[in-house]
Amino acid sequence: MAETPNYAWPPREKRRQIGKSPTRIDGPAKASGKAKYSSDVNLPGMLHAALLTCPHAHARITAIDTSAAEKSPGVAAVHVISPVGTEIQWSGTEVAAVAATTENQARDAARQIKVQYEVLPHVVREEDLSKVGNRAKAAGEQITGDPDQAFKEADVVSEGEYGIPVVAHSCLEPHGGVLHWQGDKVTYWPSTQFVSGIAGTLAPNIKVPVANIRVHQEHIGGGFGSKFGADRWDAVSALLSQKAGGKPVKLFLDRATELNIAGNRPSAYSKIKLGAKKDGTITVWQSQSWASGGFTGGGMPPTPYVYTNIPNKRINHTSVSINAAGQRAWRAPNSQQASYLTCSAIEDLAAALKMDPMEVFAKNAGYTPRAETYRAQLAKAAELSDWKRLWHQRGDAGAGPVKRGLGIGVNAWGGGGHASQCRTTINPDGSVMVEIGVQDLGTGTRTVINQVAAETLGLPLNAIAVRIGDNSLPPSGASGGSTTVGGVSSSTRKSCVNALAKLFDVAAPALGLQPDQLEVVDGRIQQKDNPAKSITWQAACRKMGTSKISEMGANDPRNPGGLNSSGVGGIQVADVSVDTETGIVKLNKFVAVQDCGLIINPKLAESQCYGGIIMGICTALYEERVMDPATGIMLNHNYDTYKLAGIGDIGEIVVHLEMEPQHDSRGVIGLGEPPAIGIQAAIGNAVANALGVRVRNMPMTPDRVLAALERRNA
Amino acid sequence: MCDFEGSERKALLMNHEKDPEKPNKPAGGVSRRGFIRGAGISGGVLGSGILEEQVQAQQQGGTKPVGPGPVPVTLTINGKPHKLNLEPRVTLLDALRDHVNLTGAKKVCDRGNCGACTVIMGGKAVYACSVLAIDAQGREIQTIEGLASGNELHPVEAAFVKNDGQQCGYCTPGFVMAVKDFLDKNPKPTEEQVNHGLGGNLCRCGTYMGIRKAVLEAAKTTKGGRNG
Repeated sequence: MAETPNYAWPPREKRRQIGKSPTRIDGPAKASGKAKYSSDVNLPGMLHAALLTCPHAHARITAIDTSAAEKSPGVAAVHVISPVGTEIQWSGTEVAAVAATTENQARDAARQIKVQYEVLPHVVREEDLSKVGNRAKAAGEQITGDPDQAFKEADVVSEGEYGIPVVAHSCLEPHGGVLHWQGDKVTYWPSTQFVSGIAGTLAPNIKVPVANIRVHQEHIGGGFGSKFGADRWDAVSALLSQKAGGKPVKLFLDRATELNIAGNRPSAYSKIKLGAKKDGTITVWQSQSWASGGFTGGGMPPTPYVYTNIPNKRINHTSVSINAAGQRAWRAPNSQQASYLTCSAIEDLAAALKMDPMEVFAKNAGYTPRAETYRAQLAKAAELSDWKRLWHQRGDAGAGPVKRGLGIGVNAWGGGGHASQCRTTINPDGSVMVEIGVQDLGTGTRTVINQVAAETLGLPLNAIAVRIGDNSLPPSGASGGSTTVGGVSSSTRKSCVNALAKLFDVAAPALGLQPDQLEVVDGRIQQKDNPAKSITWQAACRKMGTSKISEMGANDPRNPGGLNSSGVGGIQVADVSVDTETGIVKLNKFVAVQDCGLIINPKLAESQCYGGIIMGICTALYEERVMDPATGIMLNHNYDTYKLAGIGDIGEIVVHLEMEPQHDSRGVIGLGEPPAIGIQAAIGNAVANALGVRVRNMPMTPDRVLAALERRNA
Repeated sequence: MCDFEGSERKALLMNHEKDPEKPNKPAGGVSRRGFIRGAGISGGVLGSGILEEQVQAQQQGGTKPVGPGPVPVTLTINGKPHKLNLEPRVTLLDALRDHVNLTGAKKVCDRGNCGACTVIMGGKAVYACSVLAIDAQGREIQTIEGLASGNELHPVEAAFVKNDGQQCGYCTPGFVMAVKDFLDKNPKPTEEQVNHGLGGNLCRCGTYMGIRKAVLEAAKTTKGGRNG
């Protein structure tokens, strides 16, 4: 019986590609505008589609008349999505769609569809729980230990109320696709985080077998958790394509609809009470949280976050159903909310104790799953943020109108590797193709596949072609949960090891050696540790004759064999200045100390950290979905009013990735999510430290800052 | 909160409006587009009175209205003339993407907020979503596709690649064009000027750290001169 091949990562000192930072391989195509996204696909005879959406938050459709739309210039097909009798539960719900020669014509025609509604009462805001009436649904109380007794015995009790609103994923490439229904086959250019699986979510809605749906996606313009399955409008595009006699149909949401219905992060609010000993040891946690992710309500953020083992706890949660579009997974689902709520409460406790929060977070690290990691990271973050010099007691920020403050946020994430299969083909001319049905969200997936293949095959990066983004390739999982790099690096490694073994079989006789005596170094196949006895890669490949080598490799998430693992933590520190006259919060510096596994490409890993942090800054300072209680619609559905940080709003960002041997030996762990978690917590705490008063709700906009100062002065 | 963004965006639009080659008031460009595109399909209930007023204003001003059907439009894009037949309401962005198949400029906000559609027109960066194609006639339009020569990247593009100033890449072509124009006008920028001058482009993946480095590096590699 053949031995199991050795798939382990090569030792650090022998690596030639892994651990280096080549530029991303699709960088030139993206920077020069040549990269084709699905929204860039233009096909001969292609129609453009537009949606008609519902302007009411809660309504029943009583009549629809599409006759004028059907006669409108350029119209090829009209489809009613929500028929008469449909009860609509949020504004922006898709009512009908039109396909026409141009996008303008499609919009003109959609506007001519006459819909009558019976308007019903709505609730669209949840931050004030006393105003949601019967939309609140309480979950059962969870009690650990004896919270009442613990509060009695506590030296200090601190109470606070904190909130974090609904925000929109806001992918720059909107949701949508190009769909082409010809005969019994459908070709689909989606914008998706799940190339291998999206056909399975389209198929039932158009009654076409999955096997007849071909998916292509070269690039995706952002997903962040909101682009896994086919959306209803994608199925509608397919139906319009069929109705229009098999012409391709392009439908990507306009920005207002994108921000309104194509994904959001649920809100979370909580009243939290903590009890502690004089020395800062937390003894008891009590929280009453509520949240909404739309009509289906909102789950409980996992609080206390990271500090899960506080011995006495009373936890209550209320889910609130509102007439707003549904939540989708958002880069580290529920973790940003939970980190914000928990770290805010701990910071407030530290202020009540007049203790340095660094000490309080460190002292209580025993309640976390990785006490030593967090303690070391707190020390490192203190060093990098110049904490000892800059931190002061809450509110003790000097006399001028601009107050400086520092605050801490905590993160934790899993990772691991998704199920992934890879095929490596070595051709007789020496060329190599590596294929995986995965997607590159801009994280650098193509590039890390290339690096792992080059490392394993002993070839330069440009000797290997990487193909992804097609559902006819070996399947790979969805890009969610920071599992992609773990999955594809493992499947690529195994597939290349397997292919190389076949090449050694071919090459060994030429060298008069056994295959297991061979290794590959810098494009030569040689006797192990004996470069003198070698042949070139090309010469070895020529010995294959006319056949080629094609070998698979798979990552099994339940048995990753040491190639990947999960579980990281991180500490983040924000340094802000707040102008108490204008209420403007300015980021001076943001420090992220991040635990990780084996890093394939440090530059790309660092970019993931920057990206997560900047997204966090956006949500801490600017972003919120504003629903109008009177009309029930989203008021800020474009970037003039739904604000994102610009290049001048982010301050200095310092990322410290821990890349020591003990981290490396854990194998690959994804970094898309963990660095995106603690930012709101750190910024909120820094603002409280600067002002001497807690600004309860995110984002830290001037109006909220000034209102908090007024409350303090009142 | 985002003062820089606001003022820069306004400045970009105002540059276009102030252009001496243009009439003092664009012939109803913004409001015509505002009328036609409205406030989205579901929310857009604009009275027809606006159109009537506008037509009257145009007639009083002696401007002959064109459209609403397609009219011949010639655009000079990357040095080549393109003869098109477009409705007057078609934006430069839609003309580029849907009629000339130049898809580097991206449609993100379609309202002059985000900069993903930035092209250079008559030597100035403009939001292609906020310019009508008919108003772009007679001007030299440079798109991202006209920046690199052959397979050799433009220094700004190369700097974006080298400094990883891109992730998903959807904002990148617009950013690259904005940087190109910015460096043409500010050959030796400070970091503060970069932060200020590029506030009119948004990125969702969070690539600003790499972009900052890229701009400063591109300023050096182009030796402070115009970079082509």
